[in-house]
Formats: sequence, C-alpha cells, structure tokens
Amino acid sequence: MKKYLLICLCILFPAHVWGAPAGGNMMDVDVDPFDKESLQRGAQLFANYCMACHEAHLIRYNRIGQDLGLDDELVEKYLIFKPGAQLFDGMTNAMTDEDAEEWFGAPAPDLSLTARRHGPRYIYTFLNAFYEDEDAPLGVNNLVISGTSMPHVLEELQGLPIAVREEIEGAEQITELKVDDDRAGLMSASEYRAATRDLTNFLDYVAEPIKAERRRLGVRVLIFLFLFLIVAYLLKREYWKDVH
Amino acid sequence: MSETTSGRGFMGWIDDRFPATKMWKEHLSEYYAPKNFNFWYYFGSLALLVLVIQIVSGIWLTMNYIPSGDRAFESVEYIMRDVEWGWLIRYIHTTGASAFFVVVYLHMCRALMYGSYQKPRELLWIFGVLIYVALMAEAFMGYMLPWGQMSYWGAQVIISLFGAIPVIGTDLAVWIRGDYVVSEATLTRFFALHVAGLPLAIIALVVAHILALHEVGSSNPDGIEIKQNKDESGKPRDGIPFHPYYSVKDLVGVAVFLIFFSIVVFYMPEFFGLFIEAPNFEPANPLVTPDHIAPVWYFTPHYAMLRAIPDTFGGVLVMGGAIAILFFLPWLDRGKVRSIRYRGLSFKVALALFLISFVILGYLGLQPATGLYTILARIFTAIYFGYFLFLWVYTYFGLEQTKPVPERVTMK
Repeated sequence: MKKYLLICLCILFPAHVWGAPAGGNMMDVDVDPFDKESLQRGAQLFANYCMACHEAHLIRYNRIGQDLGLDDELVEKYLIFKPGAQLFDGMTNAMTDEDAEEWFGAPAPDLSLTARRHGPRYIYTFLNAFYEDEDAPLGVNNLVISGTSMPHVLEELQGLPIAVREEIEGAEQITELKVDDDRAGLMSASEYRAATRDLTNFLDYVAEPIKAERRRLGVRVLIFLFLFLIVAYLLKREYWKDVH
Repeated sequence: MSETTSGRGFMGWIDDRFPATKMWKEHLSEYYAPKNFNFWYYFGSLALLVLVIQIVSGIWLTMNYIPSGDRAFESVEYIMRDVEWGWLIRYIHTTGASAFFVVVYLHMCRALMYGSYQKPRELLWIFGVLIYVALMAEAFMGYMLPWGQMSYWGAQVIISLFGAIPVIGTDLAVWIRGDYVVSEATLTRFFALHVAGLPLAIIALVVAHILALHEVGSSNPDGIEIKQNKDESGKPRDGIPFHPYYSVKDLVGVAVFLIFFSIVVFYMPEFFGLFIEAPNFEPANPLVTPDHIAPVWYFTPHYAMLRAIPDTFGGVLVMGGAIAILFFLPWLDRGKVRSIRYRGLSFKVALALFLISFVILGYLGLQPATGLYTILARIFTAIYFGYFLFLWVYTYFGLEQTKPVPERVTMK
C-alpha cells in the first residue's frame, strides 16, 4: 500500500516545481474567499475607486450581493453608480475605450479575470508600487508596470510615495518606497496595505466567484469518496478471499 | 432462433433475438483474466472511466458553449458563472483531459514493462497507439475551444508546423485552418471535430482495442500465457473471471482515482498552471503574441523534441517519428521473454533511461528553448530514439540474457 501511495504522490507532485510562475519580487498577499467582510470592503473600494475607468463585466451585481451577503438595497446604494444599471447587469461603467485612449493613451483593461491571469500577488504588488516620478506624464510611475498610463487613483488614501534610490553595483536602483508625513493620505501604511488586500481579495473573488463554494463542496465529496473506498475495499477483500 | 437453446423469461426472450447473455459471458463473467494483476493493471479500466467522464461532461458543456470568434471566450465564463453547476462540469472536463493522459501514459508504461505488445498482441498494441494519436488530436482541438490567448497561439504554432512540410506545406496549413491565420473558420471546424468526429473515432478504436484484447487474452506481470495451462473443464488454471473479481477490484481503483481527481477539481483546478494555463484567462488576440508559448503538459515531451532540431521540418519529422516509431515496437523488440521481471539487466536500464528521458523532455518542453535546455533536449531526444534502436540490436542479435520464466503466475 505504501508503495502505491508513493507512486501516486510522485505522479501528482513533481508538477508543482514546473508550474511555478516566474515572478519577480512580488509581495505575498493572503486571499480568502471565506472572508466576507474583507470582500465587502473590497467591493466598495472597487466601485468607488476603480470603476470610473475599469470594468468587471463578467460579474453581476446581484451575484455579488448573494455571495457576499448584501441585500439588493445595499448593493444599489453602495455598488451601482452607473445610471440605468440593473441589479442583474455586469459591473460596467460609462467610459468608452475611445475616451480612455484619448485621456490616458490606452483603454483601461477589464478586471474580471486579472486575478486568474496574473495572480493576486501581481494585483496587490501593483497597488503598492506607485511612486512619484516627475518625468512621467501623470507624475507617477509604478514598479510593476513601468511607465503605466494609470494614475495613482488611491493617492487620496495612501499619499504619494517617494522612491528611495541607492547605488547598487554601479547602477541606481529603487530600494524602498516611502510616504513622507507631509504627503500622507487618509490611511496609515498598515491601513493602506489592509485596504489593498481587501481590493485584491475582491478581484480574486470576481475572477472565480465559485471558489468558496467549490472548496466547501469538495470536503463533502471527499468524505463520500473515502467511505466509498472503504466499502469497495471490503467488497474486494470478501470476493478475493478464495483467490490464492 | 433455435428451439433447443432458447431460455425462459425476459432474458430468454432477449437472448433469442440479441446475444446479450452471450456477450456478458464472453466479455465479463466468463472472460478469464490472470489472477496476478498488480498496480499497473488498473489504468486500462480507468482510461475507460475517464472516456465516459469526458463524453458525459462534454455533452453538457456543448449545451452552453458557443463556437464563435466573438462569443466563445465569454460563453465559457458564462458556463463558469451563470450555468447551474456549469463550473463543476467544466472543471471535470479540464481535469479529465489531463487525467486521460496521466492514465494513458501509465497504461502504456505498463505495456513497455511487461511486454504486453509482443506477439500475439501486436494489433492490440497498434489499436492502442491509434487511440493515443486520436486522443492527442482530440485534446489539441479541445484546447482551442475556450479561445483564450494560449488556445489561439498554441493552435497557431502547431498548425504552422504543417507549413514546414516541403512543396505542399503552405497549402496544407491553409487547408487545415480554413484561413491564412487561425480564425473563426478554424474554431468552428475544430469544434465539429472535437465534439463529433474524433470522439466517434476514439470510441470505435476503444471497441476494437477491447475486442482484440479479449480475443488474445490479457497478459500479466509474469508475461506468461495463462491459456497454456488449462484444467479439465478448459478454464485457465491461473485465470479468474473478470466479473466479479476484477470488477470489484477495479472499483477500489476507481475510488482511489476519483479521490485524486476530486482533489484537483475542487482544490486545484488549474493545477499550478499546468491543466489550465494562466494566459488562457485572456481572450484570444491575434495582434498580441504571449511572451512564452508552451503547450499543455501532455504535449511537452514532443514539443521539446521539435525544438531540439534546428531545422523546423527536421523537428517535425523527429516529433512525428517519436510517435510513429511506437507502431513498430512489436517488431523491434524480438525478446524471448516479455516481462521486465525476467529480462536482462540492460533492458531494465534502457527502459528506465527511456522513461526518465520522456519525463525530462516533458519538463524541457515547458522551458524556453535556450542554451543548456536545447542541449539537454537533444541528448534526451537521442536517448528516446536510442531505446528503440537498442531494443532491436539487443534482441535481434540475441545479446539478452534472460532469467527462467516460471510455469505458473506468481502472486507478488
């Protein structure tokens, strides 16, 4: 039996090493589809700060309400800002791609699946990687996407970080981003990290709304299968008693 | 309808008109299989299970999937979000695709270890290789249907390989795509082949595979013929009826398999980006090539061989050859003994090297084709083909020193 188990493990797990994405210095973030309060805060941040430009057209407002435990009134009050949008509509905004192109130089990508395309760490790090850059058209740059056409929308909350540069091996590199007291936003550094974690968590939920349910159901399926295995094994043993 | 053999009751009525009981006996209750099957003999019935899983889940996906350039991607997300239990059906199907290859590769590995392809099972083996080829086509076309970036560019790369064939290549590639680039015309024909054409071919080949198996009888880990030792009533002394003995034993295998399968479906459906690749969460965009195009894991050994050869057409030949050579295996291996248990040490070493090189090529196919990786891919491609050459030389010139094979099967 041990031998079989080992073979099964060998089949499943070497793959882990292969599939690891080649991430640079991404910050770890703890996403939790069961943390409804975090998801609710994230949803509100998304509606307030991101949706002016970005959409998540694959997720419906009432689905969010259902999954995050918000009734229709709360959803309408806190999440729906687009005139005429219905509860069953996807999260879309009023900005056209042409406008975005004209105002920012590039259309704002739809964020429905970004968490599955690039991973939550990518989103979280991106939100924590804005810094002041006088050479950039909008005065800010980003460590994750250098030369990003996105303004630092959350500056009001975080303040505007300054890049601390140091000479390493002959080249000047950014070693730290820090917010000076006189340029601080509404949130402390740790509050901002918690808020961006909520936002990342929400986008991770949007990318796969069924994640929490699938994990919940998985436990029951596995319990059933283990019981089935026991019954099947006993049946086999009974039948094979007389085979030598 | 003969009066003497007609039975009574409902089954009698049926049996007079259709060989139901006869078939039941021939293929299940009186099909005698060797009693010493080990771990490696689970994967045949598991492959059949996965085929059924794929067909059933596929039918339900087809009900909601829309094969059109502007709606395919979103229809898949619609299945994931709005269709009742659609997410589960889709994850079962994506996991099933990879599980099929896991099971089939282990099944083939068993055949290599115990010489299951040797006389008189050559045709059984050939049907099996044909299933493998049809399965690769089925998986390749299925992977295109979600119409994500990797679907699109994977198809673009693979189909353009046909363009490397001299003289007819360019026209052939256009004929396959139905267009000058991968487009909706390609999507719709791949859809038709994926949901109707190839499944029919696979089912027909599986029937042929099982009929061929039941004609010659199953081999076993000792590689001896149980039919050569029968009792007074003509039943093999070392055989037991497939049903109920192996039907209940395989049920244990099914339970263990479904546990692993469910862990993937419910807890790691992307399986670290190997079963569902991250770039496929971005809709197909003919204007933007992804940084790194890698096929799904089950094609990566062949992809590594393709890239190991500097000339594209040469690479295509090597890749095709890696599959085609499998058809000739029963005639390349002229060994007197089937099972690895009684074969010479060199055979064991060669088979181990062959299996290792296949796995390493699989790893290399996922990496960028640069410097050291390309050199390694060349070395292991040589070992892959070297196995077949070795096997022929080793057995044709009688260099193998085998151990004595027992008269009766052993229960290890």
